Amino acid sequence: MGQEAETLQELTDQKYKYGFVTEIESEFAPKGLSEDTVRFISQKKDEPDWMLEKRLSAYRRWRTMTEPAWARVHYPPIDFQDAYYYAAPKKKEDAPASLDEVDPELLQTYEKLGIPLSEQKMLSGVAVDAVFDSVSVATTFKATLEEAGVIFCPISEAIARHPALVQKYLGSVVPDTDNFYATLNSAVFSDGSFVYVPEGVRCPMELSTYFRINASKTGQFERTLIIADRGAYVSYLEGCTAPMRDENQLHAAVVELVAMDGAEIKYSTVQNWYPGDENGKGGIYNFVTKRGDCRGANSKISWTQVETGSAITWKYPSCILRGDNSVGEFYSIAITNNFQQADTGTKMIHLGRNTRSRIISKGISAGRAQNTYRGLVRIHQKAEGARNFTQCDSLLLGSRCGAHTVPYIESRNPSAIIEHEATTSKISDDQLFYCLSRGIGTEEAVALIVNGFCREVLQQLPMEFAVEAQKLVGISLEGSVG
Amino acid sequence: MSPQALICNGSGPENVMLEIEDLHASVQGKEILKGLSLKICPGEVHAIMGPNGAGKSTTSYMLAGRDGYEVTSGQVRFNGEDLLSLKPEERAANGIFLAFQYPLEIPGVSTLNFLKTAVNAQAKLRGEPLLDAVQFMRLVRETAKLLNVSEEMLKRPLNVGFSGGEKKRNEVLQMALLKPALAILDETDSGLDIDALKLVAEGVNKLRSPSRSFLVITHYQRLLDYIVPDYVHILADGRIVRSGDKSLALRLEEQGYDALIGKAA
Repeated sequence: MGQEAETLQELTDQKYKYGFVTEIESEFAPKGLSEDTVRFISQKKDEPDWMLEKRLSAYRRWRTMTEPAWARVHYPPIDFQDAYYYAAPKKKEDAPASLDEVDPELLQTYEKLGIPLSEQKMLSGVAVDAVFDSVSVATTFKATLEEAGVIFCPISEAIARHPALVQKYLGSVVPDTDNFYATLNSAVFSDGSFVYVPEGVRCPMELSTYFRINASKTGQFERTLIIADRGAYVSYLEGCTAPMRDENQLHAAVVELVAMDGAEIKYSTVQNWYPGDENGKGGIYNFVTKRGDCRGANSKISWTQVETGSAITWKYPSCILRGDNSVGEFYSIAITNNFQQADTGTKMIHLGRNTRSRIISKGISAGRAQNTYRGLVRIHQKAEGARNFTQCDSLLLGSRCGAHTVPYIESRNPSAIIEHEATTSKISDDQLFYCLSRGIGTEEAVALIVNGFCREVLQQLPMEFAVEAQKLVGISLEGSVG
Repeated sequence: MSPQALICNGSGPENVMLEIEDLHASVQGKEILKGLSLKICPGEVHAIMGPNGAGKSTTSYMLAGRDGYEVTSGQVRFNGEDLLSLKPEERAANGIFLAFQYPLEIPGVSTLNFLKTAVNAQAKLRGEPLLDAVQFMRLVRETAKLLNVSEEMLKRPLNVGFSGGEKKRNEVLQMALLKPALAILDETDSGLDIDALKLVAEGVNKLRSPSRSFLVITHYQRLLDYIVPDYVHILADGRIVRSGDKSLALRLEEQGYDALIGKAA
């Protein structure tokens, strides 16, 4: 046992292999947050007055709020005046001219993930001809989408070109007053995606931030709004399995989904922001508010997330099941290693009759990481016949990490059926030795066992994404053997 | 016949596949193996029998390279090489296979996926070309058919919800795919009824060949009715106290361990 513990320590202490620092020259807004900063951002984006007013009112509200302290995450106080809230995209001439100038370790990771060369260039910010490929692909996609009547554009463009839609829906799921970070986002959001799928339209392709032009530099305060009108269907992919870096430590995104009668939205995320080093230094703080509103009857919203990055993840993609017979789903894999902390889960708010929700959460903890599932299932008085099924499984690698499950269940309707199952297990030495004795090395064995543990969730991801996510699961746990 | 005097058919050292020499090994500071010696030549089937606590499972884990089994003195050579310096996965790639007494369950990982990962991991360690999905499927179908393993079983998560018999047949299937030089069967008969036992033994017998050796570890003689050994050794208190041919197992069954071990001492 002593020997195993030693190996374990040695391996879990291993460095995040893909970390590096990028020197970026940007056009920063003045440091700190004030009404002037908010005006500066709005002005930079040529926004109409109503948008500026919305931002300012959120800012004023935010000043009266305090950070939430209930999550099981610990970090030094954030000085919100010691940060930049707007940075223009970096200039072309500063970008690497070819892949030769890109960190070889980063390229190695791309290789491991099997990312094609053209995408590697785009991901690592190579800003020359190579990107043309992607742009032309994106243009082709845009034409197909326009033909179907789907609007898919940066939210800044939507504010300018589709103000009626934005005014109607922005903040209608996550109000500006919702919570500290969402309110901050409402004041200073930089950019994000806007999707509108008109009545009866099945979006002809998976939409991905990857194909959204200008997507690469909007990470810090991203704002996304997706509307599926009556009977529409859309599948949206956010993020990327490749390690994502950002010079800003604080991230506070807001995502709002609206599904009208009979509409369905499938939202998949892979989050792999820099998690910090082996001593817990650095890494992204990811404070995200994601919520979907099943506004119409028979509508469905399904969240799938694979969270492997960030020093701190604070994230609860939720569903408001307002329409009768509406369905909410949450499938989650959260992997934490070294000193990473994740407090993540969902909220299923059952308002309509015969609403159904399903929660499958898989938490994997290694090193000294802390992984918390926090979920709320609330059945309102009128939600006759509501049903929920929750399954929370935690897997521990080693003996210095933690897994916590905090379910909140509130039922105000006697006809509701709520099921909650939870398990906590460790990768056993027996399982590992079984794999080793078959010739499978330790890291491959861990990846195999963990992927098996996550299978139900990985199955929910769109095909190509799932293959990459499987590899990512292995890479995230490299050197964390228990 | 003293254990040291027992020399395998080929007699020359170049023909010895496995040679365990005066091995002492401890688990958690407690000495379990106390001077174990054994030689196995290609194509031979050796059985090790012994009472509980004699060191049977320690022998198999020590050979497969399990963590926590510390060799304090003695040596083990496998095809002339020092086995003890190799990691477990390297031993597997070099041709050692351990069929587990209690095969482990791996939820969510299909048997097929596990088999393919293992076959290719070993090929990689040996510097051989990897099998693609089509080649692998062809191989696995042929092998499964030979051993009467259903395709349905291959699709199920590894050993999850398998009956005792299915688990052991799955071990034999793995053995058939991984083509080891030396297969160690650790109490393969435990938890099997007679029909399941016959089926598993049948599978093992199909895999016998002049170049493949078996080390069958068992508490009961019953298994040896179906997997007939060339040599039988009695392990007691960490060393082999008697060796003989298959009749030794029968005598053991009649007279019991105490009588035979007592005679040896």
